[in-house]
Amino acid sequence: MKNIFAVAGVVIKELYRRKDFYVLFIITVLICLVMASVNIFNDAKIARYLKEICLLLVWISALVIAITTAARQIPAERENRTLLPLLAKPLSRPQLIFGKFLGCWLACGLTLLCFYIFFGALSAAREHQWLVLDYFQAGVMHWFMLGIVVAMALLGSLVFAAPSSNSTICFIVIGGILFVGRHLDQVAVSMHEPLRTVVNILYYIVPHLEFYDLRDLVIHNWPLIEWKYILLALLYAVAYILAFLLGACLVFRRKPVN
Amino acid sequence: MNSPRTIFLLLLALLVFCFGVAAQLSPQFQAARWSRSTGDIFNVVLGDSRRMFAQSFYVKADAYYHSGYYPTMFDNNEAFKTAHMAADTGAVNSKNHGDEEGFLGPRRNWIDAFGRHFFPDRHTHLDEGGPADDLSGSDNVREILPWLKLSADLDPDNPQTYTVTAYWLRERMHKVAEAEVFLHEGLRQNPDSYDILFELGRLYNESYHDTNRARNVWELAVKKWMKLDPETQKDNRLVFEQIATQLGQLEEKSGKLARAIDWFRAAQKASITPGALQLRIDELQKKLSAPNSVPPEKLH
Repeated sequence: MKNIFAVAGVVIKELYRRKDFYVLFIITVLICLVMASVNIFNDAKIARYLKEICLLLVWISALVIAITTAARQIPAERENRTLLPLLAKPLSRPQLIFGKFLGCWLACGLTLLCFYIFFGALSAAREHQWLVLDYFQAGVMHWFMLGIVVAMALLGSLVFAAPSSNSTICFIVIGGILFVGRHLDQVAVSMHEPLRTVVNILYYIVPHLEFYDLRDLVIHNWPLIEWKYILLALLYAVAYILAFLLGACLVFRRKPVN
Repeated sequence: MNSPRTIFLLLLALLVFCFGVAAQLSPQFQAARWSRSTGDIFNVVLGDSRRMFAQSFYVKADAYYHSGYYPTMFDNNEAFKTAHMAADTGAVNSKNHGDEEGFLGPRRNWIDAFGRHFFPDRHTHLDEGGPADDLSGSDNVREILPWLKLSADLDPDNPQTYTVTAYWLRERMHKVAEAEVFLHEGLRQNPDSYDILFELGRLYNESYHDTNRARNVWELAVKKWMKLDPETQKDNRLVFEQIATQLGQLEEKSGKLARAIDWFRAAQKASITPGALQLRIDELQKKLSAPNSVPPEKLH
């Protein structure tokens, strides 16, 4: 466990040395402030369009940070020839994978914290209320969704040749799941066999990332989701994270280090 | 040739030449029928595709009206063919059928059933309190306005965007001045729009209680509607019925009963429920035939 945390610590330090987060955060803040300055029929209480834009930017930024950070971890170690010395220490390959995952995931958590604090402040400035529990639910669900994304990107970094191809494929797959994942079974109905069965199987095996997208509920101030459903969704996420990480460990076991 | 002075002079000559060509071409370009230079930023960047975006933002406004409970392209949207925020203004012919409460249908499987806990799954309208069912929060309908404004900016030729926006501004936000300005802006873009004139008349009548201006505007709206070809008139009978009914009520209030009857008869021809209007006409005729009635006047 100590080794895993040591690797994770290095990944987190790498995130705050890189400028990705700062750039994305400043762009998000600037766009939101510009949008907030727009005068709409002299009504300063209109807030939901601003919340929607802010959350959209948070989601895009978080996905970019999660995928690009996770996708370059192991290829960068290999490219810099630091993978071999790293594994020469008393550090097993699964520990390295779990450490890298934990580091990326915690780093995503830190960035989400900053983004959601800004989002909360922006909402409060317009709506004059702090819906802390709502934002907490949305943030935690978002973070666990990013856990699946990070695990998926880590597995992809061991399967695909370059970080760029891995990142592109991850963006397409995750975008596809978020947009049509919920409706794949309906899409399958209009198809002929054997495609119908294939799409139906896909529907059941892909991680349903759309569960974690609570943006509509937060934007329109819907009541809190019952905690038991949140807990179930988090368990669902943990199952997929473990599945991807175990897959990554299996692939990495046979990979040459150099 | 290579001296800095020569290069500087050559650059200056090129600059003068460019300026001259630009000065020559600019007026021709601006006057050209295909020119985009006279349009706004959306027109320049998006061209005609801006109408598509405008429609998307109009639908987005309706999704906000439902606090996010809205069918996707995969769901049954029979009950959402006409935007509810427009239908609720009373000036738009609704083409909605089916169950607006349950477009999601029965739960298809465990993933679908579980997933329904994580997005809005109840039909509500912002003007009726939204998800909190709190009627005191009906002014939350303001949240649809940014998207409607954006939609109007992108497609200024769609009168419905102006009328819907003005209606909610006036009815729930009590921003009558802003509604009037927006309707006038719409009228500048769509000078023949009887829809906008009807809404403007409602604003004068209900908010300013200026019956003379309301009458003038509605009568102009009737003239514009009469100029339509019969097929278009058939599709837009609801708005004519509304205008004629409003004019009838206005005349009735001002004691011009014969004119009121004429307007109600006109409305009756366009109405899908002429029986209710007939009762009104009968009532007015009784009043008219009473000994101390106001002398009848002819409809111009």
